[in-house]
Amino acid sequence: MTDIPDVADRFSGAIDEVALGKGDYVAGGAKGMPFLSFENPVKRRPLIAGEVFDTLDGYPQLAADMFDGRQKDPVEWALMWKEIGADMICVRLVSTDPSRGGTPPEESAALVKRISDATKLPIIVSGCGVMDLDIPVFTAVAEAVRDSRLILSKADEDDYKRLASVAIANDHIVVGFANLDVNLSKQMNILLTDFGVDRRNMLTDPLMAALGMGLDYSYSVQERIRIAALMGDSMLQIPMLCDCTGAWDVGDAVSDEDPSLGDPRFRATWWEAITALAAVISGADIVVMRGPGAADMLMGYCDELRGEI
Amino acid sequence: MPTAIEFFKLLPKTNCKECGQPTCLAFAMLLSNQKATIDLCPHVASDAKETLEEASAPPVRTVKVGDKDLGGETVLYRHERRFVNPTAYALTASDTLSSDALKERVDYIASLRYDRVGMMFEADMVCLRNNSGDAGTFASKAAELAGIWSKGIVLETRDPAAAEAAATAIKGRRPLIYGADASNLDAMIGAAKAAGCPLGLVCADEKDAVALTERCAAAGFKDLVLDLGASNLKETLERQTVARRAAVRSRFKPLGYPLMNRVGSGEYAVATAVVSTLKYGSLVVFDDLKSYEALPLFTLRQNIYTDPQVPIQVKQDLYPIGDPDEHSPIMFTTNFSLTYFTVRADIEKSKIPVWLQIVNTEGLSVLTAYSAGKFEPERVAEAFEESGVLSKSDGPVIIPGLVTRMSGKLQEIIGRKVIVGTNDSRDIPKHLRSVTGQ
Ligand code: SF4
Repeated sequence: MTDIPDVADRFSGAIDEVALGKGDYVAGGAKGMPFLSFENPVKRRPLIAGEVFDTLDGYPQLAADMFDGRQKDPVEWALMWKEIGADMICVRLVSTDPSRGGTPPEESAALVKRISDATKLPIIVSGCGVMDLDIPVFTAVAEAVRDSRLILSKADEDDYKRLASVAIANDHIVVGFANLDVNLSKQMNILLTDFGVDRRNMLTDPLMAALGMGLDYSYSVQERIRIAALMGDSMLQIPMLCDCTGAWDVGDAVSDEDPSLGDPRFRATWWEAITALAAVISGADIVVMRGPGAADMLMGYCDELRGEI
Repeated sequence: MPTAIEFFKLLPKTNCKECGQPTCLAFAMLLSNQKATIDLCPHVASDAKETLEEASAPPVRTVKVGDKDLGGETVLYRHERRFVNPTAYALTASDTLSSDALKERVDYIASLRYDRVGMMFEADMVCLRNNSGDAGTFASKAAELAGIWSKGIVLETRDPAAAEAAATAIKGRRPLIYGADASNLDAMIGAAKAAGCPLGLVCADEKDAVALTERCAAAGFKDLVLDLGASNLKETLERQTVARRAAVRSRFKPLGYPLMNRVGSGEYAVATAVVSTLKYGSLVVFDDLKSYEALPLFTLRQNIYTDPQVPIQVKQDLYPIGDPDEHSPIMFTTNFSLTYFTVRADIEKSKIPVWLQIVNTEGLSVLTAYSAGKFEPERVAEAFEESGVLSKSDGPVIIPGLVTRMSGKLQEIIGRKVIVGTNDSRDIPKHLRSVTGQ
């Protein structure tokens, strides 16, 4: 019998390691393509962040029904995520938008502090998406939580300095966002570095498009980022954060109009789980999840993929 | 793939132009880019031709099951070049089923079928299992199945006599016999040769696969599909990666065949199919698959096997759909290609002519663009201005339901009433009918 050629890649580069929260959670560190134990001795599981909102206004009922009522209090909601096994919490502060209640920054900061204290998990803080409204909120949150390194999401090419400044001032982590473009991801990392953000305080978000909504682009962009990073491009070696919750915006995932498509609860769960599997197999180091079922499935699959079951 | 120079060395170098190219070198360049096939040159010596064919064949052999090609893959990552033949999905049916039950089962399998933006997502094959243990029953059920199912068929049995009887009975359908292993290999090769159909090998692992495929090659049989014996997600990912890398990078023939997985049913089966679809599987055989599992899985396959060169953005422009006139509705959405194609297809379904204005949001989808501040009333108004659509039609201006919040501002800027559209693109036909009173 002919011997199988050795196909393991021996890369010169590695993904950075970024310590999160109180330092007990680390993202990144890979030295090979995801989950290939024959070339990647670092068997760290991608970290899974459970999503929590500061208001249920606009949150899909289909997802809300999966949390036994505990979603009504964001702290309880976060604790439930911890019980499910989430490694991190992603807090979405959207009620700061005047059209959704206009919660003042101090109140948002106090909420994040309570979630951080109650769960002791690393926290991703995401805003309402309008930087002018978000900056005061991020500032208040960053100052209120001093005993955990927060992840502030997210800064893009057009407007990154304000958020980066908040992160630098308080030794928190900033997420650089690029829209499905390897070069732009690299550019974001360079911009943040040049601005003075320490590499150990950076994550990169390449935009994880959901299944059926351009997942193919994300999958390939992420594989290219990972390959370039391992080949030694240091400006792409920043750990990757992929938000998979977009799966819940896909009509085919959540529609209950066509009974032949099967139960939307299971369908939406699969939609997000498959989106997330594609994310971790193409290089995600952190994934943000909405559904508890999908998150639980993903944890199991990741443990198995890295050979821990 | 050999280089142009390697091809050139094997050509006659007479520049006779019969291949349609000015020179042998030009033809060699087309060959190396896979834009021509060697049979276009009538003068190449037959031994050189064999060498060339061998060298230009895809590193993963193309194996036809039914009317579907499996394998034929040339790269490791889809950004290098489009993956060639999408993963096929099969569901099992037992040969112990009554005629009615078999019909019911086939109807269920056929019902896993979804029409999406002009593409049909569907289950590809039925895998008939020889649960009866009887060759005659297996053959007659295979014939029955062939009468009610027009696509690919897999015949699952370890018994060479049953395999040969059933495969011969539906010979013209080119079924896949699954499976041969170390204990029955010679007889199974005989059965596959007799029926002229491909053979699936049930291997213990990738090393066993090499041993088995080398025995097949020695017997002159190469229409193989390999089950690498993975029993979990890790083995699925790693073994299939090893096989694909060995085939593509090292042209390692013994593993250069399409790969398959025999999974059961339920969550774990679907997870295995997902990993296999992402990483190099050509065929997955399920015992069962529910609709809520099938739709996302089939969508994944479609995503992974699309052409990576298709741009993610369409041009900011006014796209007339149907034959819109001066009273037709005006709709707009982002320039993310998938959004555009989906919305366009749903408008077409309504059969109502529409002016569709595409707004440059740098390829972001509606919600993402809105939250990134790239889909704002000012931008939309600019696009309207540029295309002059507002003077082309006095019809209603319809705003995507997901960005209802910008309707007030937009109304103010363009000075026209704005109607709130649907959140979900699939509701467009219904909405258009009510808006236009048709
Ligand atoms: S037909 Fe063959 S010999 Fe003639 S020019 Fe083309 S490659 Fe050369």
